Amino acid sequence: MKYLDEFRDGRTVKRLVRAIERRVTRRWTIMEVCGGQTHTIVKYGIDEVLPDDIELVHGPGCPVCVTALETLDRAHAIASRPGVTFCSFGDMLRVPGSRADLLQLKSQGADVRIVYSPLDALQVAAANPTRQVVFFAIGFETTAPANAMAVAMAARRGLTNFSVLVSHVLVPPAIAAILDAPDNRVQAFLGPGHVCTVVGYAEYEPLVLRYRVPIVVTGFEPVDMLEGILMTVEQLEAGEARLENQYSRVVAREGNRASVALIHEIFEVCDRKWRGVGAIPESGWRLREAYRDFDAERRFDVKTIETSESSVCISGEILRGLKKPHDCPAFGRDCTPDTPLGATMVSSEGACAAYFHYGRMAQPVITT
Amino acid sequence: MSDHTTAPTLVRDLLGSCPAPFNGYDRVLLGHGSGGRLSHDLITGVFLPALRNAVLERLEDQATCAVPGFADHRLALTTDSFVVRPIFFPGGDIGRLAVHGTINDLAVGGARPLFLTAAFILEEGLSLDDLRRVVGSMKAAADEAGVVIVAGDTKVVDRGKGDQIFITTTAVGLVPAGRALSAGNARPGDRVIVSGTIGDHGMAIMSVREGLEFETTLESDTAALHELTEAMLQASDGIRAMRDPTRGGVSSALNEIAIASNVGVELIETTIPVREPVRGACEILGLDPLYVANEGKLVAIVAAAAADVVVAAMREHPLGRQASIIGEITSEHPRTVVLRSVAGGARVVPMLAGEQLPRIC
Amino acid sequence: MCLGIPGRVIETFREHGILMGKVDFGGVKKRVCLDHVADAAPGDYVLVHVGFALAKIDESEAHRVFEFLDSMEQLGELDEIP
Repeated sequence: MKYLDEFRDGRTVKRLVRAIERRVTRRWTIMEVCGGQTHTIVKYGIDEVLPDDIELVHGPGCPVCVTALETLDRAHAIASRPGVTFCSFGDMLRVPGSRADLLQLKSQGADVRIVYSPLDALQVAAANPTRQVVFFAIGFETTAPANAMAVAMAARRGLTNFSVLVSHVLVPPAIAAILDAPDNRVQAFLGPGHVCTVVGYAEYEPLVLRYRVPIVVTGFEPVDMLEGILMTVEQLEAGEARLENQYSRVVAREGNRASVALIHEIFEVCDRKWRGVGAIPESGWRLREAYRDFDAERRFDVKTIETSESSVCISGEILRGLKKPHDCPAFGRDCTPDTPLGATMVSSEGACAAYFHYGRMAQPVITT
Repeated sequence: MSDHTTAPTLVRDLLGSCPAPFNGYDRVLLGHGSGGRLSHDLITGVFLPALRNAVLERLEDQATCAVPGFADHRLALTTDSFVVRPIFFPGGDIGRLAVHGTINDLAVGGARPLFLTAAFILEEGLSLDDLRRVVGSMKAAADEAGVVIVAGDTKVVDRGKGDQIFITTTAVGLVPAGRALSAGNARPGDRVIVSGTIGDHGMAIMSVREGLEFETTLESDTAALHELTEAMLQASDGIRAMRDPTRGGVSSALNEIAIASNVGVELIETTIPVREPVRGACEILGLDPLYVANEGKLVAIVAAAAADVVVAAMREHPLGRQASIIGEITSEHPRTVVLRSVAGGARVVPMLAGEQLPRIC
Repeated sequence: MCLGIPGRVIETFREHGILMGKVDFGGVKKRVCLDHVADAAPGDYVLVHVGFALAKIDESEAHRVFEFLDSMEQLGELDEIP
């Protein structure tokens, strides 16, 4: 498949690793922001082929993991209502709220459906006028154009039985929160490639200036990640701190103008609570007043439920790159993908789930 | 708390085993039918303790039993249920699938399939034309395979209490004396062979459900494998074990072999055959072909010296044209399947927990 | 962090006033919303996430890393470190 195969080519990977080996002279700690990038690293064993001097720490870029417990509980309450068809991305089905997950609710009779796209949920609403169809609109900026389009189309088509439960989170405030922490070890970032495809990377320039860290907007295939790491290492070795764009085949500085415009029309910035991290001001998007009729939170009056998180879980420290999954005493024991205790085990993109799924029980177990 | 006794040794040895009984779930979940770890938990946690006997405990794809007074052959028996939705899909239907799937469970044990039975649970309201189509398809599949459907049963349940048709089959076959394939026979140095491209059936079903359009049709690979297996067994006596990787995919089958034989499995990603459109569909949904169901493929563990002969014999047969060696058995990392990626690094391929869910990330 | 994969535009059409397309992923075709890549034409490659095209893929930029590695190799920059 074009634009995939060549970015997974073994020989190209080796050449990039060699280039990195020649550049690196001391230890560097680099954070990849996106869960999808974490997935690639673990899936292809990228950190195994890199020189030992480079430590990759995994960031909070897993929107499934960081969806607030209150939001999950709200989703579960809505999904349990008679007459509701609750549509969600596959990732969210096993995420535990305070009491249950969507898959369990489905087994108890709730009409929960996996959809590939928010536009599919819209089709479900159009085809089932007597049902209240709710779409669980989670995601970083990447998913916002599709979610915005679904709301815009619902409005245009007059689909009054459609609503969205929004939990959008934004990357730049999360990076700032990580850099602000006194115990921060991260020296550079591989920026979120698909987020920047949508919204561009102008917002990251102030971060580079303020914190003097290199940020290289990076793609998701092994060749992309290694090239991004090479560019980052070159900056670090030269004592530079600039914003660079590795993923230039799809990322432009201003992003996708049409997407930015539609997002701006449908959504506005709000404060958001990140599971495992806490509240970060102005780190989320919610529906603008003009579109609040489509807000599931408003349409379904759900009282706030008492939420309870595991006291054992160290998700927060993992999301900020301070600890690794196998540093946690519950990892692989009480806390597994089947029985997740917290944010980073709940989705296949979370660092703990990725490590568990790919068998990383200790560091390292597979020798090359 | 989950039961770790079926988890890879890596987890158990490093962290100790969890003493609590299986899973916090008190209801059956869809994942219990996925062919992965939850299915395994259900077998070891509910069925095996209740039904325990020496034959059942071996947990092979078929039961091979000595018949008193009958020395030349052993009897092979298997039972299977088919609940696929939709009942008509590209490349086949639930009837054809039922015949093939049951035959294959016998075939991978080296048995010649002879007789099938079929019990139908029909949902009130099912169209008789649909039923005729399914049954006609079963007859055609049985005739092609040279087996006879000799007994059957029918029940009807209220509308809404059954998903159109459920089919339960039993099959009987004969295993020649001296043939003793088993998942517990794998030894370090043996090769892992797959009979062709993986993930075809599961993605064909997924694509119809997900509403993927296709001009290059994603077709199920449903097929009866008994002639292929017989050709393989005639070509060489170096075949240790065979499995048909249905639900849970190649990953589940190889994990089961790794655990039964207490060996490690090492796969080379670049050698695993996957059709391009299947790959495309997997990429779109974020699925891994190693976990996707196959209904016309087998995996075989073959002694190293015999591997090339077996592959050559497989490629002579229409169902084995793309037979490939995809890895080998090792004494390293026992009870664990490891994949060497195209980028050179390695990762563990654990048994899937429940349903593989499409992802956005 | 999001699963965006490249596909080739086969055809475009309008539905409910927005631009849609049929996109080919290695032989599997899927309906994709192309409204935010309005200049996408059959033969172009787009990056698709949850049924939505985020951007058109720039072929010359895609070649960049391979050209860079070729030039490094010619300069002997990629030889094994002894």
